[in-house]
Amino acid sequence: MDNNFDDIVKKLENNELWDFHGGVFPAEQKTLSNQNLIAQLPLSKYLYVPVKQHIGVEGQVIVSEGQAVLKGEPLTQSSNPFAVPIHAPSSGKILSIGEHVSAHPSGLPELTIKIETDQQDRWLPLTPMVDYQKQSKMDVIGAICNAGISGMGGAGFPTHIKIGTTKQVEFLIINGVECEPYITSDDRLMREHAWQIRQGIDVLCHLLNPKCVVIAIEKNKPEAIEAMEVACKENSNYQVVDIPTKYPAGGEKQLIQVLTNREVPAKGLPIDVGVIMHNVGTCFAVSDAIFSGKPLVQRVVTVTGGAVETPGNFWAPIGTPVSHLFNEANYNSKAQKQPQAIMGGPMMGFSITDESVPVVKTTNCILLPDAKESQTRKEQACIRCGACADVCPANLLPQQLFWHAKGKELDKAQDYNLFDCIECGACAYVCPSDIPLVHYYRVAKSEIKLEQDEKVKADKARERFEKRAARLIAEQEARDEKHRLAAEARKQAMSDSGNTAKDKIAAALARAKAKKEATAKGMSNADESIAPHKANENSGTKASSNERVQAAIARAKAKKEAAQKALQQTESKTANLEPTEISDTDSADSKVMLQDADVADTLDNKDKPAIDKKAKVAAAIAKAKAKKLAQQREEKEAENSIGYPDNANSAVEKNTKETQSDDIQAENLALKKQRVAAAVAKAKAKKLAANSDQVIADDVTTKQDTLQSLDKDNKESQGLDQKKQRIAAAVAKAKAKKAAKDASQKTEDDKS
Amino acid sequence: MNFKLASSPHQHVRRNTGQVMRMVILALLPGVLLQTWFFGWGTLVQVMLAIITVVVTEAAILELRKKDFESAIKDYSAILTAVLLAISIPPFAPWWIVVLGSFFAIAIVKQLYGGLGFNVFNPAMAGYVMLLISFPVQMTQWLPPAGLAQYSHNFNDALYVIFTGFSVDGFSIAQLKTDYDGVTMATPLDTAKTAIAQNLTYSESIELPIFDSLVPGIGVASSWISLGYLLGGLYLIKQKVINWHIPVGMLTTTVVCAIIMSIADSDVYPSGIFHLLNGSIIIGAFFIATDPVSACTTNKGRLVFGAAIGFWVYVIRTWGGYPDAVAFAVLIMNMAVPLIDYYTRPRTYGHSPIKTNKRGINDE
Repeated sequence: MDNNFDDIVKKLENNELWDFHGGVFPAEQKTLSNQNLIAQLPLSKYLYVPVKQHIGVEGQVIVSEGQAVLKGEPLTQSSNPFAVPIHAPSSGKILSIGEHVSAHPSGLPELTIKIETDQQDRWLPLTPMVDYQKQSKMDVIGAICNAGISGMGGAGFPTHIKIGTTKQVEFLIINGVECEPYITSDDRLMREHAWQIRQGIDVLCHLLNPKCVVIAIEKNKPEAIEAMEVACKENSNYQVVDIPTKYPAGGEKQLIQVLTNREVPAKGLPIDVGVIMHNVGTCFAVSDAIFSGKPLVQRVVTVTGGAVETPGNFWAPIGTPVSHLFNEANYNSKAQKQPQAIMGGPMMGFSITDESVPVVKTTNCILLPDAKESQTRKEQACIRCGACADVCPANLLPQQLFWHAKGKELDKAQDYNLFDCIECGACAYVCPSDIPLVHYYRVAKSEIKLEQDEKVKADKARERFEKRAARLIAEQEARDEKHRLAAEARKQAMSDSGNTAKDKIAAALARAKAKKEATAKGMSNADESIAPHKANENSGTKASSNERVQAAIARAKAKKEAAQKALQQTESKTANLEPTEISDTDSADSKVMLQDADVADTLDNKDKPAIDKKAKVAAAIAKAKAKKLAQQREEKEAENSIGYPDNANSAVEKNTKETQSDDIQAENLALKKQRVAAAVAKAKAKKLAANSDQVIADDVTTKQDTLQSLDKDNKESQGLDQKKQRIAAAVAKAKAKKAAKDASQKTEDDKS
Repeated sequence: MNFKLASSPHQHVRRNTGQVMRMVILALLPGVLLQTWFFGWGTLVQVMLAIITVVVTEAAILELRKKDFESAIKDYSAILTAVLLAISIPPFAPWWIVVLGSFFAIAIVKQLYGGLGFNVFNPAMAGYVMLLISFPVQMTQWLPPAGLAQYSHNFNDALYVIFTGFSVDGFSIAQLKTDYDGVTMATPLDTAKTAIAQNLTYSESIELPIFDSLVPGIGVASSWISLGYLLGGLYLIKQKVINWHIPVGMLTTTVVCAIIMSIADSDVYPSGIFHLLNGSIIIGAFFIATDPVSACTTNKGRLVFGAAIGFWVYVIRTWGGYPDAVAFAVLIMNMAVPLIDYYTRPRTYGHSPIKTNKRGINDE
């Protein structure tokens, strides 16, 4: 077993390593910049601190323009786990919060906080956590997160996510390989601050409990290797391993392969093979955060290349514009044919578009190549020599990827594992035809991502459309079903003759209806709403027996509903007692409500001798309740007919039974005292409330408020003359019926 | 400041396509010089004719295609094609043979397919095969190597024969072809094939004068010329211009086939070394089959590709109608390149081994 932990450790102890496929050997050019100590960069007048400098999400800006900030003061915060805060790199005043050219290949503007430094560099009071071993892990991780630390090797992955893993870590690999030519920032950092890096490693070990710690440094940095060996001498668990110089040995996956012969699965993470890797710069930052309490506000940046006269390394505050670094390293623009500056190394760095691009947490190098170093040659045809495939560390076939990427055959490019490309640039480096292969891959990758995004969008749209179509069909079915049920109920009611009370009701109903119709017609003409108008016509032409049953149902149910509402009284205190006023408060339903209320008023005026004020109120209650009920019923029926089409018959039976029992109940109510009826209704309502989870839309809930208050009023009137009550009930019933019709008609219209 | 924008990487290895092609041409030199030594100045005249033709043709077609022909000429790929085609042609073949072949190779086989990098077939070999099947007489008029010929010839003779059909002294090709015994000369492979067809055994056939060389059974000129090309080929591998896979695959397969067959019947089937050093298999293995554009691009694929060419070379040489077969074998396998490439993709880092579809094998 090659990949067995013990075997790997044994091999590492004997300094036996594995190799990764491919790789190239570009001229190192490290001695240009690694001869001198890291210099402290003088503060630039302005600092441009991008809000997002890592992989993940940015935080909320918590400072405002004009505000004075101290060095290390947080500028953003967020509760999102993938957010890393940023801090003021120096003390000063916030000039603006707005778009500024980004430290990104595209150079697209991004949200940036511009700080005018006061040159005093005053720190915020710092809170170190020297006794981190006594603190809980969560606190330590929180401190690291709050210090704004994200991976400083290049990708900028939030460090606290990596160290928060709960999986078993076999190897903690500290990456000091720095395989890119020219860059020496990690080299210098290791030479000068090995001790602090070790302290950072100690903290990481405390959090991760790795079985083995490997500090990997390329052989071309003997001084750094020695410094780290000295710093790690005390701890036998820390192993400094020098690895052969080959680009890109410092790539995460490649380094894991070199040290452990394990391969990170495609789309997986190093932790999947028991490995966590951190850059030495990150370790330094962790140490700074824990032992000094300093957030990440500066980093080492190499400024090098043939076009600078004094190449070297600088401690640069985050946000320093690169032009400031140009000046400090004595940039000689005459050495270049055309100004060119590269952020990062010559293999993976990107051309910057503007000299005010800021240094960010991942900026390890500014390369200013002279004319000789930056010659670009014209792209020629691919001769399929396969030199690229020979050097690809991911063992891809770059020439095939290029072929498909150029031909926009994106699916085929994915077949050839385009997304496993780490964009190290080895292929383009060796290409005899000078094809900018990596560029083609980047374009293809972003095109694929775009395509996927659009596909997601299209899928959502289609889903929406399909759901809407299904809903329309269901509604149509529900309407058909409801009509059929109504017809059934009508038949049932016709055969159910001989009930005197019913006849009386029917008579009252007919009378009331005639009046109401006249009023309603007038009203619906006045109102522009067509739906209630239709409903009125319908109610006028339909047989009275049907109406009668419906009314009975509505009435009884309305009372149940009233009781139900009474249970929820706590909600409403602002409800209006006057129905006419409700129309002002509820815009969605105001038309119908207004109309109903007016009907009630009209009736009230005409039947003044017979019906007193209380009856009017009762009518309003019943009407409103009925309306709501009708909607609820409709909803239920729709549900039934969609979900259980076979249940349609049983539903009809149930409904008929309900109608009968409701009828009886209605009579009881008419004869007995209201109080008893209310109690019964309340009991029923509770049941109903428990059963029905189908609470209707907003307009219903607003009505509830009204109903509750009306219900109170209703209860006050309970001691009144029975006769009056009866008449009131009859009127109410009539109105309820109409309202039910109106409501159902209206909901239909709304839906359609 | 107006910054120059470039995509990473910002450094490049210094070797470009033109340099690669020039290295290949350089590597051909020992073989070409030996060939000139044995077969006279005609070889160099053919090379010059071919180069002129390809440059003119390429320039004209790129002009028609509205492309920059200067950089295309500078990549030396057309010139390499010209050299390969020219050294495959009999040195004293008439001038229009090489001109026609070169034109065909560049105009039809290369540019009509889209130019460098897009041609499916090896242009030199396609040109050669076109000539071979269209003009079999002219294409088989190989003169006897120096030392065996009845009449000697110089540079002027070469020019005269190529352009007029007769040497300065008025000898025709047919006369120049006779050896000192007055017998018309054929190539070693042809000689052996004819002899075996005439019911001579292999051991009898190699006693003919043409095989009187440092290694028994190898043509006098062939052995030296093959060694010259071998030297160049090894140089290319050392310089990493070509990978070892195609030559090794190709030569091993042919030799293994020859050994197996000669063990079966050593009277009829020539030995492995006979196949290795006679004919054009060495130059084919190192310079022709390795043409990057028309060969496989994966290393595993290259092994398969080379081995398949070696197999076809043996099959056609032994049972086919032509004495040599490198051109045919290469063209046949050019067609299979996309298929081989597809099924020999390397395992990408982090992926499980590629499962090729084995349907049809396990079905029964």
